[in-house]
Amino acid sequence: MHKDNEKMKSEIIRRSGVNPSKCMRCGKCSGTCPAYDEMEYHPHQFVYMVESGDIEPLLSSESLYKCLSCFACVDRCPRGVEPAKLVEAVRLSVIRQQGANHLTANDIPEMLDPDLPQQAIVSAFRKYTK
Amino acid sequence: MKVSYFPGCTLKNKAVILDTYARKCAEVLGVTLEEIENWQCCGGVFTTSKDEVATKLSSVRALKYAQDRNQPLVSVCSACHNVIKQTNHAIQTDAEFSDKVNRYIAPESPYTGDTQVYHYLELLRDVVGFDKVKEKVVNPLGGRKIAPYYGCLLLRPNTVMQMDDPENPQIFEDLIRALGGEPVAYSMRNECCGGYVTMENPEFAKSKSKAVTDNATAFGAECIVTACPLCKYNLDKNGNSVPVVYFTELLAEALGVKEDETNA
Repeated sequence: MHKDNEKMKSEIIRRSGVNPSKCMRCGKCSGTCPAYDEMEYHPHQFVYMVESGDIEPLLSSESLYKCLSCFACVDRCPRGVEPAKLVEAVRLSVIRQQGANHLTANDIPEMLDPDLPQQAIVSAFRKYTK
Repeated sequence: MKVSYFPGCTLKNKAVILDTYARKCAEVLGVTLEEIENWQCCGGVFTTSKDEVATKLSSVRALKYAQDRNQPLVSVCSACHNVIKQTNHAIQTDAEFSDKVNRYIAPESPYTGDTQVYHYLELLRDVVGFDKVKEKVVNPLGGRKIAPYYGCLLLRPNTVMQMDDPENPQIFEDLIRALGGEPVAYSMRNECCGGYVTMENPEFAKSKSKAVTDNATAFGAECIVTACPLCKYNLDKNGNSVPVVYFTELLAEALGVKEDETNA
């Protein structure tokens, strides 16, 4: 594995607390994921790609912003791999960079609906913005 | 009995009835919800990454506040409860994280995760008792067919939340029975409503929540009950006209305190 990839992998593993090598490739995480159809890279692919250090394609993928944080993959994984935590750790690698926020305050007005709960806005900011 | 109460941002705005009925019903059941002074928004979702500290401090402050008063910490909103409980668990299990948050907050004595964290439903089940709730019912719900909707945040991750069996929960069903309603069994009760992705992609969220409401109505639901303002929003917006109500509304109706609110 290339040194840069090795470094990125260890950073993601440290931040997420996940050990992707526990994965036995059963695909249950992707099978249960409510955002599966929206994703370019699916939860089981996140796990495999982090494990093999192939993280670069994930950094530019919209899949990072499709995860609903529903924890279905976390609870239903028979090996306790917790894929959602990997998605989060990779997403943070991106949005923690200067100017890399996925959502800004200027984007909000056109998304507003009079019934929209505050919870939706703060949750989206927490997931998409640093 | 008095408990520390964390209402959260939405209960002060779009979901006021979730808050006001929770307080009124608690009084009927002998519990006073004492609102935490100067509470701060929980952030809506827990950030699982271990090196995220600042985003969890509001929860730690609330937990510490309750500990200083020797009270359990209660929230009604599923999201607040999830964030606070996951933060408490992180303090209990991750020494490095615990050390960092205590350095940020610098309390007189360190916070070590000792506060008992309850969702209001757990308060009803584990502290008050559903038997006691049933005794206090003055307007039973008359066998109304009610579909409990758990969504994600009450149940998952189960290793932390420990509320109920995450794949076959009963806490909502037991409450509905105690209030004189009939819980509807349907398969989508613990699947995601689409959550905050409704901001960017409302059509996607609608497809997720429509699967839930259509499933509930196919099994005869007259209404759907939830504890989460974002779930209610998504379930309300997907085109199925089945009423979606907060569990505190049903509780207030059954305990006979709902009309007071309307007349106030």
